[in-house]
Amino acid sequence: MSIRTQFIAPFVSALCLCTALLANGQEQNNTANSPEAIGLSIAKEMKARDRGWVDNSAEMEMVLHNGKRESRREMRVLSLEVADDGDKSMTIFDSPNDVKGTAFLSFTHTNAMDDQWLYLPALKRVKRIASKNKSGPFMGSEFAYEDLNSFEVEQYDYRWLRDETLDGQDCFVVESIPRDEYSGYSKQISWIDKTHYRALKIDFYDHKNTLLKTLTLSDYQLHLDKFWRPTKQSMLNHKNQRRTEVYLRNYQFGTGLDESDFTENSLKRAR
Amino acid sequence: MKKLSLPLLRLSVAAIALNPLFVHSELLGYIGLQGRVYPTSAAEAEQGSETVSAVIAPEWFTQWNDGDDSFNIKAFYRYDSLDSERSHGDLREFYWQHVGPSWELSIGINRVFWGVTESQHLVDIINQTDFVESADGEDKLGQPMIHFASIQSWGVIDAFILPHFRPREFAGQDGRLRSIPATLNNQERYQSDKEDEHIDYALRWSHYLGDWNLGLSWFQGTSREPLYEVIINGSDFALAPYYPLIEQSGIDAQYISGDWLWKLEAIHRRGLGHSLAEDMNASTAGFEYTFTGINTRFWDLGVLLEYSYDSRSKAQAGAFQNDIFSGGRLSLNDIASTEILFGISQDLDDSDSRSAVIEASTRLGDTMRLITELYHFRSKQTADPLYSIRRDSYVELGLEYYF
Repeated sequence: MSIRTQFIAPFVSALCLCTALLANGQEQNNTANSPEAIGLSIAKEMKARDRGWVDNSAEMEMVLHNGKRESRREMRVLSLEVADDGDKSMTIFDSPNDVKGTAFLSFTHTNAMDDQWLYLPALKRVKRIASKNKSGPFMGSEFAYEDLNSFEVEQYDYRWLRDETLDGQDCFVVESIPRDEYSGYSKQISWIDKTHYRALKIDFYDHKNTLLKTLTLSDYQLHLDKFWRPTKQSMLNHKNQRRTEVYLRNYQFGTGLDESDFTENSLKRAR
Repeated sequence: MKKLSLPLLRLSVAAIALNPLFVHSELLGYIGLQGRVYPTSAAEAEQGSETVSAVIAPEWFTQWNDGDDSFNIKAFYRYDSLDSERSHGDLREFYWQHVGPSWELSIGINRVFWGVTESQHLVDIINQTDFVESADGEDKLGQPMIHFASIQSWGVIDAFILPHFRPREFAGQDGRLRSIPATLNNQERYQSDKEDEHIDYALRWSHYLGDWNLGLSWFQGTSREPLYEVIINGSDFALAPYYPLIEQSGIDAQYISGDWLWKLEAIHRRGLGHSLAEDMNASTAGFEYTFTGINTRFWDLGVLLEYSYDSRSKAQAGAFQNDIFSGGRLSLNDIASTEILFGISQDLDDSDSRSAVIEASTRLGDTMRLITELYHFRSKQTADPLYSIRRDSYVELGLEYYF
């Protein structure tokens, strides 16, 4: 009898916490000025501006605020851009200490279920993970796995709602409805700044269509003169008033990562 | 977390890659304290009823040459107040590894896991089980090896030369969870004249194709699983392990479909030369299914069902000759990463032969885990391998500190 596998929940590429805003405009709404068409063009522009980063790595710190107590999770995230499919990513956990050395490998796909593997250092065992669980909490935080997913095509239907100023920045306000039936959300409302097409705020609605969480993305930094990355993201859960902050630091681009750094073998030796 | 990295306390992998001379070293591990009580009186008078034990498991590694070279050490020591044979140490890992463009070479003591099932690990043959450490057989002794891996688009080939054999360690006279009569340590016999210096070989091909994982493996050498001989020890009977030479071929497969994982492991083992081991087949097959977000607190429940078959007679086959294992894993997805594992293994030929386990753990603060474990064994027939531990059901409470 031996189900002693520690089960760290799966986790997905965490570098781009922007809304997935790509969608195919539906046939009947394909006129250039329909809210759906405007929303689609915003999404396409947002995606286009984030193409070509090739590979990167970053350090991630999560701070969980649960009433008086604070709890931290630290990890490193390596990512590889894949042409015509979703990105590959590897996450290596550094804290809490009891999960140190645990590593997670994910191949996101635009038109299929993601492939996911978890490495359990105590057993030196790689386990394949079923990937449908998107709505569950990541490491006990207010982030769900799907909130940490990379920005992929065709995962949402959406609609431009209005233009609005947020903290002095002109924004598009766009509604996106997940196409994945396993998503924990009925819709997301995103504020995207008109100058750089960066998501500044996202409201998440549950299946009863009530406001569940709000994500605020701030302290954007420009990398390689092209890629904007938020240094700080704060997720507030309106139901339990708990908050989780994510800090992404030490971004490195063009690190020379390639396909061979994203295999079961490289997962086993991830340190 | 104690870090010994030079010259900076924390750098990303990328920074290491940019600096070829960068040496990155870390010390980590855990210490633990466990108390265990066996509520039922023992089968033999000298066996005790409670034990306190302490464990330390430090780990150190250093990487250099862009991370392509590494040296890794993982040590283990347990002190047990009841059973001197369970007080034991082991070098789990002590190896150098070099990573090439599409290959890896490791030399030294290491651990290697093969397989996909949960209730038992048939194809997993490289390492000897640390038999005194835990009842679930998941802990393994370090194995000296030369391991070469070739990583190709058509799969991974692993080749092993295993120059030294590690015999099992068995609980002592005072200990629980042992055979009756007790199995003696340091009395083992081997089929090979070279005894524990017989050189074993193993090969494995494994591949991942979409929703499929497939592995084919082959091993030739000293069986990790001994036969037992009755010997006279002073005025008493005792058992002594006998390690035959075998050849074992194995297959493991896994298919993933949504929240379903379908699993299969099967082996064929045959004795080599004048082996006392009978030829045998065994397999384990089953599935794992995960119910996600089962309540408003987003708990997950994974359920598991596995059937095991073994062609050998019940006494030789161990606990899995015609048995169903069902179990589950409840993850609370909370800040403390609380989880509860449970399972029951039932013999389909003998309704009175079963074992069950519940294991729960939760994090205290940022660096400790509290773990409780409950094992139950039931058996009424003397030919049943569980019979000798039928009175050894126990409950254990432990605390582990991670650094």
